[in-house]
Amino acid sequence: MAMNKCADAVIIGGGVVGASVAYHLAKRGFGRIVLVERSYLASGSTGRCGAGVRQQWGTKLNCLLAQESVRMFERMDDELGFDRSIEFKQGGYLLLAYTDREMNQFIKNVELEQSLGIPASLLTPAEAKAIVPMLNISDVLCATYCPTDGHANPFHVTYAYAGAARRLGAEVMTFTEVKGIVVENGKVARVVCDKGNIDTRVVVNAAGPYSGLVARMVGLEIPFWAERHQILVTEPVEPVLRPMVMSFSRRIYCQQTPHGSFIMGMGDPNEPHGFSTESSWKFLVDMAREITRVLPPVGNLKVVRQWAGLYDMTPDAHPILGATPVEGFYLACGFSGHGFMLAPVTGRLLAEVICDEKPSIDITGLDLGRFERGELVVEPSVV
Amino acid sequence: MACAKPEGEGAPGGSEGGAAAGDVVVICRCEDVTLDEIRDLIARGYTTIEEIKRITRCGMGPCQGRTCRQLVLAEIARATAKDIASVAPGRFRPPTKPVRLGGAVAGAPGPDVEGFEGDGDEQVR
Ligand SMILES: Cc1cc2nc3c(=O)[nH]c(=O)nc-3n(C[C@H](O)[C@H](O)[C@H](O)COP(=O)(O)OP(=O)(O)OC[C@H]3O[C@@H](n4cnc5c(N)ncnc54)[C@H](O)[C@@H]3O)c2cc1C
Repeated sequence: MAMNKCADAVIIGGGVVGASVAYHLAKRGFGRIVLVERSYLASGSTGRCGAGVRQQWGTKLNCLLAQESVRMFERMDDELGFDRSIEFKQGGYLLLAYTDREMNQFIKNVELEQSLGIPASLLTPAEAKAIVPMLNISDVLCATYCPTDGHANPFHVTYAYAGAARRLGAEVMTFTEVKGIVVENGKVARVVCDKGNIDTRVVVNAAGPYSGLVARMVGLEIPFWAERHQILVTEPVEPVLRPMVMSFSRRIYCQQTPHGSFIMGMGDPNEPHGFSTESSWKFLVDMAREITRVLPPVGNLKVVRQWAGLYDMTPDAHPILGATPVEGFYLACGFSGHGFMLAPVTGRLLAEVICDEKPSIDITGLDLGRFERGELVVEPSVV
Repeated sequence: MACAKPEGEGAPGGSEGGAAAGDVVVICRCEDVTLDEIRDLIARGYTTIEEIKRITRCGMGPCQGRTCRQLVLAEIARATAKDIASVAPGRFRPPTKPVRLGGAVAGAPGPDVEGFEGDGDEQVR
């Protein structure tokens, strides 16, 4: 027998973004908050991601959002009172340039980052090798490095946000799927789930790669696609690699987790749009080829597991945040492969917008309307 | 319509049988996860192997859950009063055996077809 209920806000999607939105709304005492997730928490992109957190970006907005998120990750263990650590390790990010174009972009990026107070710097190949002794610098032109970048445990961050939201009175409904959203007179009225209806005036679409489908439930088309990205993990070894190492032209990233395993991923420029999350042998071969060139000793490590997840891509690689033409329907999606690191600040900004507060970072440029207005904010530095 | 009361952190689940209280029983030897830890999580409402794996790393070590998976499934079955066959077994992910990265560079023998099937995105329910 279906159970009907009512809420002041329903958040669709129990990934790190939805959990963060739920927590920040609950913290503001917004009323009765329900987080709806069709599987278990962090079962989507969040639980499949590289969980890297970097402030080295090519646009001011991405820099500001990531910088604020880093501050929030630094305080998270204390703030959320989770019984395990979120394992935020600030080992820095080392970005490698192999082409002149990349080098010129890096010079611009560092200038921008420094102007915003992000402690990034431009390094010679030799300086990069001093930070990562196993780095092959034979074809590296230059590097940039920011010591306060890092990574965290994506499961723990999600469970920590959801747990804290629950303690503040929010309800977390897992294994519950949203099937439709009822709009009356241009306003959100009800969320239809497989386990019953929830009357509400506020819905936040945090359905990750499925956000396009959820937006259609209220008749909105968002310019948006899902794209498979593959990733693997090795057996754990002694700590030997401090920063995340990343190259945009080689489309790879690699880090050593606090647990000792190496996690690495690689983008494929020919990846078709779609919802497949199959793993492929080709990825393992491509990844092995690139990583053994960049970090040769890594070739000795054994891969214990590989998997794939979805990026939720927008045409300008920036998220879509905030209100929409449907009253009460808010978007927190389109993170384009960096939604883990933006989740803390996103949750807070969405809560501010929903509670009619002035957002602590101006995100008016990240609204859905920018695509119609042709005001894209293009991010040049993505894997 | 009246709002229902928020629910708590998950139903407390009883667990009896097996090891006696006080014994430290290691369920996952690769990642050092104990039976008490597993039972505690189940009692807090984490009743799928996918969740338990992600919180504790149980089954994520070099052996990829060859021993612990069955033990965790049995615990979930006991605590939720289900038949073990009806507890979702979780997904196996490739490769079937650890592969050295250096050995996977193009030209190496592959594809390990056996390990690359059935890792689709069916949701766990
Ligand atoms: C291989 C890989 C590596 C990555 N590396 C990084 C990185 O290093 N750093 C970084 O910042 N980001 C990274 N990302 C991106 C990051 O994972 C995502 O941007 C982020 O997790 C998005 O979180 P989310 O909560 O929006 O989405 P998700 O985690 O996908 O959550 C959305 C949830 O919504 C649920 N859902 C969907 N439809 C419905 C429905 N109808 N009803 C109920 N529930 C529904 C899904 O089940 C899912 O759990 C990576 C992604 C991948 C795939």
